[in-house]
Amino acid sequence: MLTQAPKKPSAASPKAGRPRHAMSGTGGRTAALFLTPFFTIFALAMVAPVIYAMVLSFFAQQKSGLGFGEAKTAFVGLENYLQAMQSDSFVSGIGRLVLYCVLYIPCMVGGALAFALLLDAAAARARKLFQLMVFLPHAVPGVIAALIWAYLYTPGVSPIVSVLETGGISLNFLDNQMVLPSIVNIAVWEWTGYNVIVLFTALQAVPREILEASRVDGAGEIRAAISIKLPLILPAVSVIMLFTVIGTLQLFTEPSIISKATASVTSTWVPNMWAYDAAFNRHNLNQAAAASIIIALMAAVLSWTVTRFSSRNKA
Amino acid sequence: MSTSTMSRTRPDAPLKPPAKRRRVPVGALGSSLAVNGLLILGCAYMVLPVVWLFFAATKNTTDLYGTAAYALGEPAFLENVTAVLNQDGGVFLRWMANSMFYAAFGAILGGLISVMAGYAFDKFQFRGKDSFFGMVLVGVLIPNTATVLPMYLLASVVGVTNTIWAILIPVLCNPFGVYLARVYSASYVPAETLEAARVDGAGPIRSFFSLGLPMMLPGYITIALFQFVGVWNNFMLPLVMLQDQQLQPVSVGLSMWQGFSIPQPEFTPMVITGSLLSIIPLLLAFIMLQRFWKSGLTAGSVK
Repeated sequence: MLTQAPKKPSAASPKAGRPRHAMSGTGGRTAALFLTPFFTIFALAMVAPVIYAMVLSFFAQQKSGLGFGEAKTAFVGLENYLQAMQSDSFVSGIGRLVLYCVLYIPCMVGGALAFALLLDAAAARARKLFQLMVFLPHAVPGVIAALIWAYLYTPGVSPIVSVLETGGISLNFLDNQMVLPSIVNIAVWEWTGYNVIVLFTALQAVPREILEASRVDGAGEIRAAISIKLPLILPAVSVIMLFTVIGTLQLFTEPSIISKATASVTSTWVPNMWAYDAAFNRHNLNQAAAASIIIALMAAVLSWTVTRFSSRNKA
Repeated sequence: MSTSTMSRTRPDAPLKPPAKRRRVPVGALGSSLAVNGLLILGCAYMVLPVVWLFFAATKNTTDLYGTAAYALGEPAFLENVTAVLNQDGGVFLRWMANSMFYAAFGAILGGLISVMAGYAFDKFQFRGKDSFFGMVLVGVLIPNTATVLPMYLLASVVGVTNTIWAILIPVLCNPFGVYLARVYSASYVPAETLEAARVDGAGPIRSFFSLGLPMMLPGYITIALFQFVGVWNNFMLPLVMLQDQQLQPVSVGLSMWQGFSIPQPEFTPMVITGSLLSIIPLLLAFIMLQRFWKSGLTAGSVK
């Protein structure tokens, strides 16, 4: 999807009236002028840091003898990677991230899809207001969303907990079992509305004649939604899946905030927190570098898989 | 299109409990009621947490724990605001100003850099175009947090940690903005216009600033808006880079107060009121600029 889309514009609008020799000479030079600022920043803020982290990840600070005296930097090969992959906390962090994905992606994408289809079936007048309300959480920064929900999970302050208690249910949202679903809920709250708008926009592009034809053939609203609208907006769904999968690997803000409210979230709860902890609490920068590289690699593999999967799906 | 995808994303598949169980009943009369009812339930889930924040910000510590969540206690809103503004010699306003500065800088300058690059990818032919654009796409796909620690490691060697440069340089980098700008350039800037300008003797830079950029203005605003929100929301980067309280953005500052509020409950109303104050600028921006974020979402994901 992503790799195909940008081709469209350049094909639709042929060379922008450049002189014929633009291919090699002046075109390249002018393009360079326009591209240099971006690629300079790109090199400084993405390429160089990742390369430097890769280099760092192959070294370690080693203390000689009894551990007194200056630490020496020594080349250790893949040692840092092995240590991270063998560390229980890092591996269980990955496990939690997987579980988080398994809960979060179906809930969020399914919820967004359901909501978008409902919105498409709603009266035109109400749509605008619904869209604005559903988008509201996206205007709330992740930190603030996590803070709000942290209070909504805290007994004594939370209206949810007190309503449940009136109903005779006592549920601790922040205990060991519940804290992961609770964090999933924060992310669902933050991202569903954004994706509702994306999917709703895609639904608006579904040709009305097709829907009209299906109605004439006797298909009900639900039937039309499942067998006509849904297949037609699958490309938009796969783009959402791609960005959602990348997004889940970023998981850091919400658990960091929640970790202050409960002991169930440890300082190494997800890989990003593990890397942060390695750098700032364990002062092992080399291991932090290795962990960051592992996370970036996981992102690369995942987004490659999703892209492959969704392009096959479309074919 | 496979059946497995369909069943996985079917709208009536069992979802999470709160406000998420949606089934459209058959029957034309009930259906419109059901649709609106379910939409209202969904919206309640989206809106109520923010409404709670409004109510909670009007309460002092005792009322916060003592009164019903959506009831007004002794009105303490102004006291809360005063407390937030006076804490540590007005550091909250400093945080807000920092957030505003970082986000506006990233939005305006970073947006312009992205627009220039996207325009070049769309309008110029040059060698290696596809591989350069491939790099941009890789940049889109790398999660932000995976580059934050590497950036910190590099920044500490260069010696720019705990300075504004540690924030200002990374916020200029917006590969997704380049991707969007290419789409906008293709749809907003006709090649004929540029050709006419070239015939009239305008150089490529002149025609970008006097023709291309004005024509792409809605796209530029959209990219800038998204970048503004992205920087405003960023938490890990400033948390890692900045130790000096005076340089921190409001997100990091509030999370620090939240940390204080565990041993000192009197910080709790300040965290809540501060959170409310900090989202007001973004809420206003979103409501006023609706047209632009909607077009951004469309261009980014549907085209």
